Amino acid sequence: MKLHQLSVFMENKPGQLVAPCKALADAGISIITLSLADTEQFGILRLVVKDATEAQKVLEIAGFVVKVTEVIALQVPDCAGGLSELLARIENAEVNIEYMYAFTDKLDDKGVLVFRFSDPDRALEVLGEDVEVVSRVDLYEKLGVK
Amino acid sequence: MTTATSNASSLFNPTSAPDYLPVDQLRCLQLQRLQRIVRRAYENVELYRTRMVERGVAPGDIQSLDDIAALPFTVKTDLRDTYPFGMFASPMNEIVRTHASSGTTGKPIVVAYTQDDINVWKEVMVRTFACCSLHSGDIVQNAYGYGLFTGGLGAHYGLETLGATVIPISGGNTARQIMVMKDFNVTAICSTPSYFIHLMEKANEMGIPLKDLPLRAGVFGAEPWTSAMREYVEREAGIKAYDIYGLSEIIGPGVASACCAQEGLHIFEDHFYPEIIDPETGEVLPDGEEGELVFTTLSKWAMPMLRYRTRDITTLMTEPCPCGRSIRRIARIGRRSDDMFIIRGVNVFPSQIEEALLRVEGAVPHYQIILTRDGGLDQVEVEVEVTAELFTDSVKGMEVLQKQFVRAIADIIGIRVAVRLVKPQSIPRSEGKAKRVIDKRNEG
Repeated sequence: MKLHQLSVFMENKPGQLVAPCKALADAGISIITLSLADTEQFGILRLVVKDATEAQKVLEIAGFVVKVTEVIALQVPDCAGGLSELLARIENAEVNIEYMYAFTDKLDDKGVLVFRFSDPDRALEVLGEDVEVVSRVDLYEKLGVK
Repeated sequence: MTTATSNASSLFNPTSAPDYLPVDQLRCLQLQRLQRIVRRAYENVELYRTRMVERGVAPGDIQSLDDIAALPFTVKTDLRDTYPFGMFASPMNEIVRTHASSGTTGKPIVVAYTQDDINVWKEVMVRTFACCSLHSGDIVQNAYGYGLFTGGLGAHYGLETLGATVIPISGGNTARQIMVMKDFNVTAICSTPSYFIHLMEKANEMGIPLKDLPLRAGVFGAEPWTSAMREYVEREAGIKAYDIYGLSEIIGPGVASACCAQEGLHIFEDHFYPEIIDPETGEVLPDGEEGELVFTTLSKWAMPMLRYRTRDITTLMTEPCPCGRSIRRIARIGRRSDDMFIIRGVNVFPSQIEEALLRVEGAVPHYQIILTRDGGLDQVEVEVEVTAELFTDSVKGMEVLQKQFVRAIADIIGIRVAVRLVKPQSIPRSEGKAKRVIDKRNEG
């Protein structure tokens, strides 16, 4: 149910993003989605790829510090109120959303968002059966990731 | 019976005998040598003669060791001003070797040795290695640079005289260093502390952690470092790390060495007479007070040094050492007055920053201090490498880490300075002396 996301430490200066992307490209690893958190001083690049273990190795050899984090990808109805209804369940359970970002592609006509919850297991529990959790297989097969 | 005797004798190297001289005999020897060397300096080096005449001191005025305070000081610029051979007391046909400082700014300083000086150097290096628990049978990788720098050849001759097996690998080519260390079953290494940390890191990358190798001792010198760094090295590499101290102007390595007690460094004071002075006034300070270390060479023939100011800040320890040596010790040198910088009116030494950074759990000692000037005010920024252990996926976590570094530094130096987290491997690694401070104050 959970996805393995890679987090990469970045310095906040021009031209820093090229190196990790190039390292992955050279290894033939495609990035499914990504997000960049930045502060004045540094940034954290967050990536979802098909083979997280392999990508971690590639990035570490290229000199990056990499952490693997468990995230959950959820299908969110692409209509007004689709997200807020889902968030309400999380909020009521007092689970914290540390960050979230979106996939560019839709899955079965729904949007797909990546969530980092303070307590992923608890979040899965309270979401209810009608919320579709996107498994790795769904991602790769339905989104057609090579 | 013979086995027992040889085992016992292998623990005590006869060359180390002067380390155990009764104090009154040692002082007597020092005075005799001092009188001889002052006379030699006066008679053969113009700079000393001129200065002594100016101060109204003659060689005959040195009647006790305390009379040394009447002699003029010598400073590094004196060696530059007399470049290359102006401080030599021997004619060239008696000089068998010269070395020179790295000379990062301007002309290098040149030092000279007669054959007797080389023999003294070998002797003090044997005593150094004996202090560091090395003996015949050790396989020693000498990663100090060979060449004009005194470190490489100084250690080399000492190790050979000791009877250890020397691998004269010099600095650099880190992957080969690790291969040799593993394949030759190296038991001890000589290098700068910063280069050894680089070796440790590279060894881990190569999947050959130094902990798993027979390496048991490290003899580290040529740059100031902290106890925190030494403990880090001992823990990570599974070795005992010994501090050694020396400077080319005095002889090279072999001026002082840590012993098994690892509490200060024994000065081979039958050859190098120490004083601690107030760096502002030049007054000699009482034992135990902190000040600038000054040396007078008592036996160096080709190039005697009278009251040479080292710019190193330390204290003289007179209490007996648990190791049994009677020669005095200096406290480990973490501060070199040349490295000091002033930020918002506060004197700061790079070693204080190092100590602070190592207080943060999981930090590795890869850091750099950048000095800049902004509108006439000096600014400092400390760059610290982020490791896998330190890295968390949350922005908040990383900000907390950065604040931990800022606070640790403030706890030691009393002011808050900027800390920037940088990528691993982004701070240049040194194969010799580490460059901890990047001074950009006079740029642009």
